[in-house]
Amino acid sequence: MRYNEKELQALSRQPAEMAAELGMRGPKKGSVLKRRLVKLVVNFLFYFRTDEAEPVGALLLERCRVIREELSAFSISFIEDPERKYHFECSSEEQCQEWMEALRRASYEFMRRSLVFYRNEIRKVTGKDPLEQFGISEEARFQLSGLQA
Amino acid sequence: MKLNERSLAFYATCDAPVDNAGFLYKKGGRHAAYHRRWFVLRGNMLFYFEDAASREPVGVIILEGCTVELVEAAEEFAFAVRFAGTRARTYVLAAESQAAMEGWVKALSRASFDYLRLVVRELEQQLAAVRGGGGMALPQPQSLPLPPSLPSAPAPVPFLPSAPAPVPALPLPRRPSALPPKENGCAVWSTEATFRPGPEPPPPPPRRRASAPHGPLDVAPFARLHECYGQEIRALRGQWLSSRVQP
Repeated sequence: MRYNEKELQALSRQPAEMAAELGMRGPKKGSVLKRRLVKLVVNFLFYFRTDEAEPVGALLLERCRVIREELSAFSISFIEDPERKYHFECSSEEQCQEWMEALRRASYEFMRRSLVFYRNEIRKVTGKDPLEQFGISEEARFQLSGLQA
Repeated sequence: MKLNERSLAFYATCDAPVDNAGFLYKKGGRHAAYHRRWFVLRGNMLFYFEDAASREPVGVIILEGCTVELVEAAEEFAFAVRFAGTRARTYVLAAESQAAMEGWVKALSRASFDYLRLVVRELEQQLAAVRGGGGMALPQPQSLPLPPSLPSAPAPVPFLPSAPAPVPALPLPRRPSALPPKENGCAVWSTEATFRPGPEPPPPPPRRRASAPHGPLDVAPFARLHECYGQEIRALRGQWLSSRVQP
């Protein structure tokens, strides 16, 4: 699949929601744990060799599962292939929890649900649709019907 | 750079409703021909397929940090997705009707994760404000100064800033005790009936650390940004429509 790699590289240089050096192991059988600089920017998780400016790779964080693993570790897998896991080792329980929370909220789909939630809550309290004042109340992407059950 | 392309392909073709879909002509390169492709917009990803029945996308355009502009082109109903930076690619696309073009321009200019996050933050603040006041009226968007006069068409006018507005860092509130499973994309509050968070709202979206300002509009509240761009869009559309009238 073609993609705009230059723009993805530029995105990897943007200010991150979270960044830390973690142990990382790829999904392939026999993968070795490696130290990587892991950086969360919008709904992408970039991972760099610790001394390089360009990322080794990126994970788009849509339709993914973040699961707690033993010893301050977590894994990311994707809904269509739950056995294929990207494994991350943290230096403490706190760091592990922090990353899991951040990754859980890092998808576009999660943001969309948050928006629908806030929109409905505001509507319940005030009787008004808060998106109307911005002229985006009819946008398909912000409708309740647009959510997966 | 490695990318989880298989997951990307599944995201492109999954059952969830899309944000926009339709045929567009895509210019191959600077002097290349247009190819008709089936485009699917989902979140901040613009996928394109050989045709509507294809199982796997030919490619994807990641829509962060871009502006969407009308362009002068041989093709009717053309518009461009432009990225910043030296040697950055500009994607020239053409719709098959005026309505389709306008629909795409609107959808694409609001497709970034950044934009969605801005809206969510704004709503989160509004909810806190109305809850704090016990059902008071919504804070009204402030009236704002007119934007500087626009250059005449066809000079491009950006619809959205490419850099995020800086926001102060805030500590995250505690999670509600009823923890949903940690699944992205199958999250909890898809219907009001099943959502039981307790009295607290869900944790707010993660805050960015403050970054250096990139332009005069970055310190404006969201309402101003929206009104400002809305005015630019209205003016530009007016110019474009009047330029299409036959003499």
